[in-house]
Amino acid sequence: MAELMSLEDAIERYVSDGDCVALEGFTHLIPFAAGQEIIRQGRRDLTLVRLTPDVLFDQMIGAGCASKLVFSWGGNPGVGSLHRFRDAIENGWPVPLEIDEHSHAGLTNRYVAGASGLPFAVLRGYAGTSLAQHSGTISTVTCPFTGEQLAAVRAVNPDVAVIHAQQADRDNNVGLWGITGVQKEAVLAARHAVVTVEEVVDELTLGVGGIVLPSWVVDAVCVVPKGAAPSYALGYYDRDNAFYEEWDGISREREGFAAYLDENVYRAPVRAVRET
Amino acid sequence: MRSVEMGRSVGELAEEADRAVAYTADEMMSVAASRVLTDGAVCFVGIGLPSTAANLAKRTHAPGLVLIYESGTIGAKPVHLPLSIGDGELAETADAVVSVPEIFNYWLQGGRIDIGFLSAAQIDRFANLNSTVIGSYDEPKVRLPGAGGAPEIAASCRETVIVMRQSRRSFVPEVDFVTSVGHGSGAGDRDRLGLTGRGPSLVITDLGLLAPHPGTLELELTHVHPGVEVEDVRVATGWDLKVAEDLSRTVPPSADELAVLRQLRTAG
Repeated sequence: MAELMSLEDAIERYVSDGDCVALEGFTHLIPFAAGQEIIRQGRRDLTLVRLTPDVLFDQMIGAGCASKLVFSWGGNPGVGSLHRFRDAIENGWPVPLEIDEHSHAGLTNRYVAGASGLPFAVLRGYAGTSLAQHSGTISTVTCPFTGEQLAAVRAVNPDVAVIHAQQADRDNNVGLWGITGVQKEAVLAARHAVVTVEEVVDELTLGVGGIVLPSWVVDAVCVVPKGAAPSYALGYYDRDNAFYEEWDGISREREGFAAYLDENVYRAPVRAVRET
Repeated sequence: MRSVEMGRSVGELAEEADRAVAYTADEMMSVAASRVLTDGAVCFVGIGLPSTAANLAKRTHAPGLVLIYESGTIGAKPVHLPLSIGDGELAETADAVVSVPEIFNYWLQGGRIDIGFLSAAQIDRFANLNSTVIGSYDEPKVRLPGAGGAPEIAASCRETVIVMRQSRRSFVPEVDFVTSVGHGSGAGDRDRLGLTGRGPSLVITDLGLLAPHPGTLELELTHVHPGVEVEDVRVATGWDLKVAEDLSRTVPPSADELAVLRQLRTAG
């Protein structure tokens, strides 16, 4: 059963150096507060997994938390490049970053296999692309019924999945809605799950596309209002598009990035929430 | 066509419209892209140029166009142009919101999408696309965002349309990395690879339109936009570009198309 605890305690207990950590949220409900707590606690040598390493992973990679990245699209949506991500891949700064690169469909199905207790998943994908040549987790499999050759991707089973949701109820069941991405699959594929929520309510009030993660598949629930900002939480607050545009300048040079991190992460005992 | 009966050719009409409203090459590209989307089609939309074109089509000649974004929003009807494929407005206006595994496995791989709209950093003569790296993979000159949904959009939509600005840097003899397969190395390749969709049917640029030759599937120039000459397009192409025998000139944007496009941008 999930336990209600502080974010500091949850990260301390469930995220260790060297772990494989998935932080999911597909443009919506991105677990920024939790990711920044991982930075603040100085975790190193992590394998970070995420379909869309955007501004949050740019911060974690630039802070030196990761030695490996599993991903399928690394950019600042609607803005451009991720400078810290590129600096790590192109120059090995601040530490070399190994990558395992997929398409969204491929990495998504790695989570599906992981959640399903299967060693791999099957999809129509990758045929004719260069992606398979550069990943050890993409192969092919022949259908035993039709003889057709299909792509196979290895299951991903993170040590811990970290997500943000709108609500938990008094029994620590978690409710999220709107664009829910691969959060359910990430949680069910992982050995442990840490969930930050906007608020605790008597009864979940799910909106469009709502899903419930029962308390017993979650380890820690942490109440962190605005825990997804500068991304958004449908029904609670909007995406801070201006910040995503500002990030391009903040992150462009190592010095500016370090100053940002110092002021907004390391020297912020409780995560500073930017008002929008 | 009524105006032709009145004794004016389409070309003359085009020139007249051309004089009437000034527009940019990017606007011509967005308008040309919007025109390929038919009313009622189901379109898998990437962010950026494709999203602009799809939203323009929906507000002009194709109100019944179904917009699907990879964030799992089916039948989105955004009032503003979204900045990302996961903006809240897409979910709030959608007919249905499904998970990312579902959108890729059931809807895209399941063969329910008519047309996929893609863009890229590089394209080659067979419309293979690169959005991963410029230079070598292990020591890239430029590291790009990567695949996202593109490889499977290119594989599984009934057809794909590509929208990108044309230059020698982007229209290259051979892409540095095949992120998404177009027509591979020519006729027969898609079948051999087991790709279910027909592949790229059109490439829309700021200079004109290119389509695969029916026999070889190599891209050839079929239209030049108003004010653009064949030589301009050749200069902006990194291979010896073939030109279709029945080369035509694109009809310029109508006043209505331009007004809606500009309104979309300012509202977005």
